[in-house]
Amino acid sequence: MNIPADLKYTPSHEWVRVEADGTLTVGITHHAQDLLGDMVFIENPAAGRTLAKGEECAVVESVKAASDVYAPVAGEVIAANGDVEASPESVNKDAYRAWMFKMKPANAGDVAALLDAAAYQKLVESEAH
Amino acid sequence: MSDSAALKKTPLNATHRELGAKMVDFGGWDMPVNYGSQIEEHHAVRSGCGLFDVSHMLPLDIKGANVRAFLRRLVANNVDKLQISGKALYSCMLNEAGGVIDDLIIYFMDETWFRLVVNAGTAEKDLAWMEKMNADWGMGLTLTPRRDLAMIAIQGPNATQALNEALPGVDQITANLKPFNAAAMGEMFIARTGYTGEDGFEVMVLAKSAPFFWKALMEAGGKPIGLGARDTLRLEAGMNLYGQDMDETTSPLESGLAWTVDLKTERDFVGRAALEKSEVTKQLAGLILLDKGVLRGHQKVHTKNGDGEITSGTFSPTMQQSIALARIPLGIAPGEEVEVEIRDKKLKAKVVKYPFVRNGKVLI
Repeated sequence: MNIPADLKYTPSHEWVRVEADGTLTVGITHHAQDLLGDMVFIENPAAGRTLAKGEECAVVESVKAASDVYAPVAGEVIAANGDVEASPESVNKDAYRAWMFKMKPANAGDVAALLDAAAYQKLVESEAH
Repeated sequence: MSDSAALKKTPLNATHRELGAKMVDFGGWDMPVNYGSQIEEHHAVRSGCGLFDVSHMLPLDIKGANVRAFLRRLVANNVDKLQISGKALYSCMLNEAGGVIDDLIIYFMDETWFRLVVNAGTAEKDLAWMEKMNADWGMGLTLTPRRDLAMIAIQGPNATQALNEALPGVDQITANLKPFNAAAMGEMFIARTGYTGEDGFEVMVLAKSAPFFWKALMEAGGKPIGLGARDTLRLEAGMNLYGQDMDETTSPLESGLAWTVDLKTERDFVGRAALEKSEVTKQLAGLILLDKGVLRGHQKVHTKNGDGEITSGTFSPTMQQSIALARIPLGIAPGEEVEVEIRDKKLKAKVVKYPFVRNGKVLI
């Protein structure tokens, strides 16, 4: 299973990278793209949008199904990745390179509540049974 | 993830697992949804040859002196179109209200034997309905579900070549077999039918022979295709899916299936009276999404004549845009624009005449 140790995760299968300046880069996990299959459409939140924790803020659609992406913490969107919207299949190729949006958390401490790699791995395994 | 132990398995279940298929619960059957990439599988069928395990569908032999008379009353299309052994007919089986119990293929074997192929999810319901009609009408027929048979679809421009290579001697049959015709070869039954819009075959073999036959077809260039690509292929080909595009509550006349309902002859069949009394107000139309997004079943469609609903929608790998079948009011013609509600947005779509793709070519 592809779950990088240096990232944080949510139970709804987003990955979060905490950058040096405290901003967050968000995408969906390898496991999530594997469940969804070939990606054909991605819609990111606009820069400047304020998100509540757990708010539906983006959509990923595979040939098979549509799935919502949720804000991992509260904060403001500071950038959206137009490249993944133009090439949704990049998420299938490398889910951790194909980031979706960047955000500035409302409270830096909120990041601590996210899952670490070991906890996320456990979650994925428990869902498989 | 579901527990696969409780699911029904086709004779090719172990083969799919060996091939690394992603298996899903498909109406109670443990079936491959893909073997890696659904889109690559889709293209393989349009450009080469794909193999589908369709053994979850049920072949059903109906035998007896009254079998033709029975089918004349049972189904909406006219089995009198079947006069040559092996000829196939697509039809709906209706209830008294004119709703669709199932859509099926009927093969004429001889005057005492017709073979039907019915959908997996409706097989038990269909069988019960047919047995009831058999008894009510005093037909005295024998209905035999053929779960001892596996069914493999071989589809694509290279289907004939692959089948010929995998099955020595079959070239004598494939060379002369016209679309919607079938022929027996020993224990095998070879039909030139399919659900992809490509040339190809659906072959019934004894269940125990299926894994060997499947491997021979792979060695001949056939690529395993999951149910995911089966759905995008049939939708591009403009073929209805039971349970989505029509069901017991919808009329075939509002499901793009008027061509399969024989109202020309005097023949009385179940559902005919209801259809003749009914007022047709809707049509099944093709849609192409003009904005970005993906059309999906149950999305609302706004037209100048009122609202409709998408029955099947997907992203078309061949056309690289989203397409759908939608039940919309009459009077909306191809070329007109409609709006589709996707989440909180209203996106533009164009009404088109389907099929969208046939024999590898985009028709829109």
